[in-house]
Amino acid sequence: MSERWVGHRHYGRHRWWRAARQPGPLRRSHDDRLLGGVATGVSRKFGIDPTVVRLGFVLSSLMSGFGVALYIGAWLLVPVEGESSSIANRAVGDWRGIALALSFIPVLVLALVISSSLGAGWVGTLATPICIGAGGFVLLWRNVGSEERALMERVLRPLARLGFTGRGSRRLLVLRIVVGAAIVAGGVWAITDGPHRALLRPLGGVLLVVAGAVVVFGPWWLNIARDLLDERQARALAEERADIATRVHDSVLQTLALIQRRADQPHQVVRLARAQERELRSWLFEGQVPGTGEDEDATLGTAVRRIQREVEALHEVPVEAVVVGDCELNDDLRSMMEAGREATVNAAKWSQADFVSLFVEVEPDEVSMFVRDRGVGFSEEKIAADRRGVKESIYGRMARHGGQAEVRTTPGLGTEVMLKMPRSGSRSSADHSNHGNHSSRSDHSQNGKPART
Amino acid sequence: MSGPPPGEGTLVRVFLVDDHGLFRAGVKAELGDAVEVVGEADDVEPAIELISEREPDVVLLDVHLPGGGGQLVIEPVKARHPEVKFLALSVSDAPEDVIAVIRAGARGYVTKTISGPELVDAVQRVAAGDAVFSPRLAGFVLDAFAALPAEQVPVTFDPELDQLSAREREVLRLIARGYTYKELARELSISVKTVESHVSAVLRKLQLSSRHQLTRWATERRLV
Repeated sequence: MSERWVGHRHYGRHRWWRAARQPGPLRRSHDDRLLGGVATGVSRKFGIDPTVVRLGFVLSSLMSGFGVALYIGAWLLVPVEGESSSIANRAVGDWRGIALALSFIPVLVLALVISSSLGAGWVGTLATPICIGAGGFVLLWRNVGSEERALMERVLRPLARLGFTGRGSRRLLVLRIVVGAAIVAGGVWAITDGPHRALLRPLGGVLLVVAGAVVVFGPWWLNIARDLLDERQARALAEERADIATRVHDSVLQTLALIQRRADQPHQVVRLARAQERELRSWLFEGQVPGTGEDEDATLGTAVRRIQREVEALHEVPVEAVVVGDCELNDDLRSMMEAGREATVNAAKWSQADFVSLFVEVEPDEVSMFVRDRGVGFSEEKIAADRRGVKESIYGRMARHGGQAEVRTTPGLGTEVMLKMPRSGSRSSADHSNHGNHSSRSDHSQNGKPART
Repeated sequence: MSGPPPGEGTLVRVFLVDDHGLFRAGVKAELGDAVEVVGEADDVEPAIELISEREPDVVLLDVHLPGGGGQLVIEPVKARHPEVKFLALSVSDAPEDVIAVIRAGARGYVTKTISGPELVDAVQRVAAGDAVFSPRLAGFVLDAFAALPAEQVPVTFDPELDQLSAREREVLRLIARGYTYKELARELSISVKTVESHVSAVLRKLQLSSRHQLTRWATERRLV
């Protein structure tokens, strides 16, 4: 797989006319379209830059409208992405629409009869394309998607408004049409009758025709392009909002529903609310998408949050965690986190306190962790001799990795477990850190004794 | 700090600013008869107006309001009524928002999960001119004033303002560990008054320090 990719990269390098290719059948694009999305669809199918495709359509249009016909044909026959049927497909099945379209035939026949009886051939010449066009338009209008109908409306509205615009803008419009028509006429004259300068004549003519078209239709095109841009931005905004709504729905609203259902179980409610609060916070303030597990224990901060989360979930006691600084985890610190987790679990399980405080500080030469509860505390006599789990899981673990642990407890006032671990490279300085006075002050502590399990 | 401490028998007059009516009602219920709630507001503009009119002792201020951060309330009110004290009350975890409100002049920060009696205690403490630090705020401050590596110390470094003393650091650590002022005083064998003066000193540094680190830290944290 990777070899293929390398090979492709070597072969393809970067060509200006290339674009990202998308697998699947040819579909008109929904998002990046200027008109019907045909060019973008082609560009995606064949991996050609959409601007190149558009240019191709424009150039081929100069060949007696071939490009225009091709584009309209593709527009009718190729479905929009996400849909299975094309406009033509739907039109063929739309009997009512066909009947409506056919209803223009009597009108046409009438017009032809009148024109022949009056001897005014121009009526027939004019009526034929108008009637066929109107029938086709009705059929189209009924079968394009709602979005494309809006697009058609937008394209046609300025045309329909020609007669209704305000005085000032109408004068401007008339001026524009006059100037444009004059330029076009000049161009046509240059092509057909102009001074005979072999090369200059057709070239100048074409330029004049294009310039005339720009003068007449330019503002209109600009309007459409601007509308399309606005629409695209609005769509992006709506998508973002929908995304947030989904997230909020998936997490917050679900939790609120659960809370209502368990209103009679205060512990459950607290647990749910806490879990939701943590998730929302990590989304809002740390960019952590809800539902995706964070990169577990990449840093000390995530490890502490994990302890908080798991203990709250398992034991339904809130854990207030404060972390100052952060660093990468190494084996020593991972063991410290294990010991800290054990201490937090103990506090949650046995202390009967309303909450557990967890404080972790990262300093240049060491990391300290404090787990404190204002619970019942314990006295040493009550700890059964066989409960040696904590001695192993907290003291032993810390000692093996060059750290130290201390437990202070007072029956009735609570317990605090203090852990310190030197950071690699500065192990020697750890024993005499500025925390010394905490661990030496032990008026009500029982250093080195096993704690409860 | 110059405001007269509430004498015996007079209740602290409290004003609530929070955009959630439900939350205001909850706080009012929790405060109960221990204080006198003289008014409430749900956004920056009405808050400024009503606080200036009623001149409460303490304003319980949400860090986030629809019209902007809580500091937008503090600054104009402080200019006209310097005796009004602010206590920030929030669920917000974003350190820079909390620090911004404190730097604007709030006397403390507590989280909305605080219990009723603790909240009453915090309000009375602020009314008396003291500072109230929750464990979380203590953590933020320790983080903000973390020791700088020597090569990063700016030329404008003012040790009086830009760095915490060892004792202040110790006090903050104990607060972050979940100690109350009373427990902390016993732990350090000092009086509660001394603890309060340490915390006030930290608050002053936090508000006055132009420490480069504070801003750098705030921008680093700006994740949203």
